[in-house]
Amino acid sequence: MLNAVPISHYLTLASALFAIGLAAVLVRRNALIVFMGVELMLNAANVTFLAFSRAFADMSGHAIAFFVIAVAAAEAAVGLAIVIAVFRSRRTVNVDEVDALKN
Amino acid sequence: MSPVLAAAFPEAVLFWPLAILAVGSALGVLLARNPIHAAMGLVLSFFAVAGIYVLLAAQMLAALQVIVYAGAIMVLFLFVIMLLSLGEAELGEERGSARRIMGIGAAVALVIMSVDVFADLELESLPAGVGQRAFGTVEQVGRMLFGPFVLPFEATSILLLVAIVGAVVVAKAKI
Repeated sequence: MLNAVPISHYLTLASALFAIGLAAVLVRRNALIVFMGVELMLNAANVTFLAFSRAFADMSGHAIAFFVIAVAAAEAAVGLAIVIAVFRSRRTVNVDEVDALKN
Repeated sequence: MSPVLAAAFPEAVLFWPLAILAVGSALGVLLARNPIHAAMGLVLSFFAVAGIYVLLAAQMLAALQVIVYAGAIMVLFLFVIMLLSLGEAELGEERGSARRIMGIGAAVALVIMSVDVFADLELESLPAGVGQRAFGTVEQVGRMLFGPFVLPFEATSILLLVAIVGAVVVAKAKI
């Protein structure tokens, strides 16, 4: 159809979201914002799955994106529990200060 | 959804505002000083991405995105941020300039490389199967989950149980 957006636009959007999530993980020191970067990367992966699912008219991408959302929820719960536990013992969420294993 | 809309007006009218909103609020997450502002930016990004899912004829996933991601995961994030009282006292500078430049440089390089790859892809934007009213509905996702993907579906239930128990055990003050 003449009016449809090319799939490569969706893929570029997904790569931009992934890159921003990647930059958030690498640049920021607050563990919670690092976590938000990880969630952004998972969303970018979902957009990619769904874009290809539409390109090939195959519903498998939808099922996989469903599992990505479920796994992201489980991972967020456990990861935030870890952040809380670290904060309780070290009073910081700065990832650069949690270096007890260093040297 | 989307194939019906495409007959009436250009899909780009919806795509570009949603895409710019998604990327802009993601940049807000990257740049915000206050973690609560970052969380709000992420919520906005999730809503914009849910709109993108609707354009991709993924209605069920769009609803799940709003309910689970924006509605549950981000609420959990906000609870934790407020529990740790991180709103006011910010935690010092970000990483030194060298590491910051390398991090942002890696991200920019990724986008440039992927745009280069995507330019060569020959993908149909609206194949015939997407035009069916049933594409992307709850019924079709359900058929997938109880058909080819029944094993990951059952494994996900075990994963969620493990995550619940693990989160409670790790976050408790005294076990």
